[in-house]
Amino acid sequence: MDIFTQQLINGLVLGSIYALVALGYTMVYGILELINFAHGEVTMIGAMVALTVIGVVMGAAPDLPGLMMVAAGLLVAIPACMALAFGIEKVAYRPLRRAPRLAPLITAIGVSIILQNLAMLVWGRQYISFPPILPHNQHEFLGAHITDLQIFIVLISLLTMAILVLLVEKTRLGRAMRATAQSKEVAELMGVNVDRVISATFVIGAAIAAVAGVMVSAYYGLAHYYMGFMLGLKAFSAAVLGGIGNIAGAMLGGLLLGVIEALGAGYIGDLTGGFLGSHYQDVFAFFVLILVLVFRPSGLLGERVAHRA
Amino acid sequence: MSIPRRFSSVHAWFQARPTFALVMLAISLMALPFLVGGGLGNSWVRVLDFVLLYMLMALGLNIVVGYAGLLDLGYIAFYAIGAYVYAWLASPHFGLHLPFWMVLPIGAAIAGVFGVLLGAPTLRLRGDYLAIVTLGFGEIIRIFMNNLNAPFNLTNGPQGINLIDPIGIGGFSFGKPFVLFGQTWPPTYLYYYLFLAFTLLFIVIAMRLQDSRVGRAWAAVREDEVAAAAMGINTRNVKLLAFAMGATFGGLAGGLFSAFQGFISPESFTLWESILVLCMIVLGGMGNIPGVILGAILLTVIPEALRYLGDMQRAAFGQVIVDPADLRMLLFGFALVAMMLFRPAGLLPSRVRKREFAARDGAREQEQSDLYDARA
Amino acid sequence: MFGLLGGCGERGGADESAVIRIGSVAPLTGPQAHLGKDNENGARLAIDEINAEGLVLGGKPVRLELIGEDDQAEPKTATIVAQKLVDMGVQAVIGHLNSGTTIPASKIYHDAGIPQISPSATAVAYTAQGYKTAWRVMTNDEQQGKVLGQYAVNGLGARKIAVIDDRTAYGQGLADQFEAAAKATGAEIIAREFTNDRATDFTAILTSIKGKGPDLVFFGGMDPQGGPMAKQMKRLGLNAVLLGGDGLQNANFIKLAGADAEGVVASSPGLPIDDMPGGAEFRKKFESRYGVIQVYAPYAYDAVQVLVAAMRRADSSDPAIVLEALARTDHEGVSGPIRFDAKGDTTGGAVTLYQVKDGAWRVLETVR
Repeated sequence: MDIFTQQLINGLVLGSIYALVALGYTMVYGILELINFAHGEVTMIGAMVALTVIGVVMGAAPDLPGLMMVAAGLLVAIPACMALAFGIEKVAYRPLRRAPRLAPLITAIGVSIILQNLAMLVWGRQYISFPPILPHNQHEFLGAHITDLQIFIVLISLLTMAILVLLVEKTRLGRAMRATAQSKEVAELMGVNVDRVISATFVIGAAIAAVAGVMVSAYYGLAHYYMGFMLGLKAFSAAVLGGIGNIAGAMLGGLLLGVIEALGAGYIGDLTGGFLGSHYQDVFAFFVLILVLVFRPSGLLGERVAHRA
Repeated sequence: MSIPRRFSSVHAWFQARPTFALVMLAISLMALPFLVGGGLGNSWVRVLDFVLLYMLMALGLNIVVGYAGLLDLGYIAFYAIGAYVYAWLASPHFGLHLPFWMVLPIGAAIAGVFGVLLGAPTLRLRGDYLAIVTLGFGEIIRIFMNNLNAPFNLTNGPQGINLIDPIGIGGFSFGKPFVLFGQTWPPTYLYYYLFLAFTLLFIVIAMRLQDSRVGRAWAAVREDEVAAAAMGINTRNVKLLAFAMGATFGGLAGGLFSAFQGFISPESFTLWESILVLCMIVLGGMGNIPGVILGAILLTVIPEALRYLGDMQRAAFGQVIVDPADLRMLLFGFALVAMMLFRPAGLLPSRVRKREFAARDGAREQEQSDLYDARA
Repeated sequence: MFGLLGGCGERGGADESAVIRIGSVAPLTGPQAHLGKDNENGARLAIDEINAEGLVLGGKPVRLELIGEDDQAEPKTATIVAQKLVDMGVQAVIGHLNSGTTIPASKIYHDAGIPQISPSATAVAYTAQGYKTAWRVMTNDEQQGKVLGQYAVNGLGARKIAVIDDRTAYGQGLADQFEAAAKATGAEIIAREFTNDRATDFTAILTSIKGKGPDLVFFGGMDPQGGPMAKQMKRLGLNAVLLGGDGLQNANFIKLAGADAEGVVASSPGLPIDDMPGGAEFRKKFESRYGVIQVYAPYAYDAVQVLVAAMRRADSSDPAIVLEALARTDHEGVSGPIRFDAKGDTTGGAVTLYQVKDGAWRVLETVR
């Protein structure tokens, strides 16, 4: 087996998941300059809702193919997350749109605590396992192992990004989003319904988050009410690495962060003669992040953002 | 708006009698632990101690975030550094038992140096980019603390360092229960007065800083860095000074924490703690010392008060309907959101912020500032 | 869902009999809440059983009341909660769950002279502080790590071993002791890798380990990491045996690892529950009330039983007398026989090894 190829594949799959979650952060940030801390929790809710639905479907129609069950789960989880994000924006962020910049950050943290603890009440404190309903076909690829699910995850995240880019660049809604991102007031003067555009941004981000949540729990085989926190943090770092506010940047940042983590954990121990081992995986990742930002203060693909500190 | 007016009349009454107000304040602060301990139990004196420790941290972070406008999400790292330095120099871990009046300043100074080390490479970063880099810095420090038990056992890794020396003056140790008025009091009472002294000192320093030349330079950098530089302010030095000052406060608080707890492990220095301290100052009112103090009190006391949900339910319904452990953090989250929606500029906003906020309500100013932003 | 506080819900009988308060502390929110609630449930089951039987001390009937508190797995909160329990006048404390919270809290219980029995803290340092109030019904890292290290070499025939730990006090402590014992027994440690207790992706370290060709992988950590780890080992074609401690030896691990749990070996302190007097009954009762046992519920249950047995022997709930009686403990618990040494650690240190076969844990052997 080619270890390096395998590590690259490991990193790319992990990175695709980061990228999917990062898209939601970057869209919201691009328009509102708000770190939507609750986004990781929306991902978690997506996974939980889908798992519940899959459980019900399995009980009702156990002979259905696994992919159909997952599709059923997604079909409920996506609208659920969209509704949730719509509500969060309306209740917790919209009233603070003209407040000092850090105020919505605090409500975001508050919402994230609320969602975690609600999920704990509804789904319990234990880890929930994802039923083994998806086929685990393995392939050999350049001397490394890769499964159907892994290929699927990478493809889905590429596809999502492509659709999102098209949406932002080619549609009316996309144009309205870009206008709102530049200046809410001017966009409003031009007849853009800013409130609706911002809601739409949250809702689209949440739909992607739901997909990401289901894929994370399917891939790792579990879900837990606390799973959104670390995932959200990593995804946010990825979005910053790529240049926050930039969709392709989120994708690039996610993939890069995944590969950096995999290579860091895989090789750092051998390279430093055992002095720094895989426990410094995150240190390594943050170090690269800091280095990138020191030389490119707006991330890899970020444009120079006007500062409004 | 009858309530604020009533408050302001009380305020005016005290303002006319400053000495009296000061004496009253001093007496109530001195008596507080005994009132709290007698009325609510000794655990609340411990909560009080932690309120003061968080106040120290919040005052320190307020210099960085509130005064200089640098968003720092890794502040707990300095607290950790202070705590570990204290543990290294005053515990059986290395067999060193230096007195606290040597260890605390060393810890604070080392934390201050780390503040500059963090500040230097991040000078060009702004806003949320700075936030993520400081967050990374905080995590890096924690991960090192968690792992440096090999190849050389510096921190004892996740097992933590135990049996750290309590603060002691002469032969008298703060760590042991003491006898006063024929009664035995737990060590938390003595630590209260020690922490209170440091808090008052910090408040004085923070107030003096705010109105000093440096304080005005920080405000200038916070409001508009380019304009500040054009006015001849050395923005690099001013920002580094803010990082160093904030870190020094944090390091000192960490050393006190270490002595108070007697045991430290990396679990005490998580990202969540950084977020919590930031929440305190934003919620209380950034840049305003009374606000910061109020924020630290509220966010330390609310989660502890919510422990009594079980008793409250029993009093109201005769039985416990919902397990308090299920509700406690949930209500804490709701409280955060509600307070922020209720007072978007913080509970006690600084005068400057209040003005800014009022100005932002006017669409004209908003538009102008946005136009400016678009050009920048 | 909404956990009813059965124990302190009804106050009807409180007037006739004196109430003895017993604290239970564990993280009930945050990432380890499932373990914390499990501990509390184990303790609660024992308390309810004892109350149903009726407890008489010093000629008077007494009723036990469990005060469950949340320490959020955080050392600072742990000390506040400990002081709160002392203020409330608890006569003993079952807890805390983590070593990092148990140790700072132990000073407060020691100052107050209240017995503390931890069902799950494994750090050697906990009972090494010289506190007469600190006890545990769980083997410490040294005891279990040694058995595991020797068994890996002698029982499973491993020669080249890779060690992973989750950088918690529990995982790191156990893995270090395992490594030392395995080396001393003649195995070669070919890789030492690390993860954390929030991680779900281990492919990078497993790939790196695979390149070194081990015949056994030891993991010091808990089932939420162990489950996905077993899966990812299979997926990467890493066909070494996965070995773990009590953090893996539970039903949840099998659920999380699915079919890939087959062949995994893990240990658990004490004897198999179902072989113990009252063990099968305990499992039935617990699972009908609270659902599947996470990890440490039997130990929390035993901790209460050991405590109450000591109260019975002392014929008092006075902590000072109970502490003396605790030292003379000789109890057949559902997790195994429990006796204490002078430090408050369990003696004997029987450890049972299990392997997953056909989707369930089967006893391999008990090492004494």
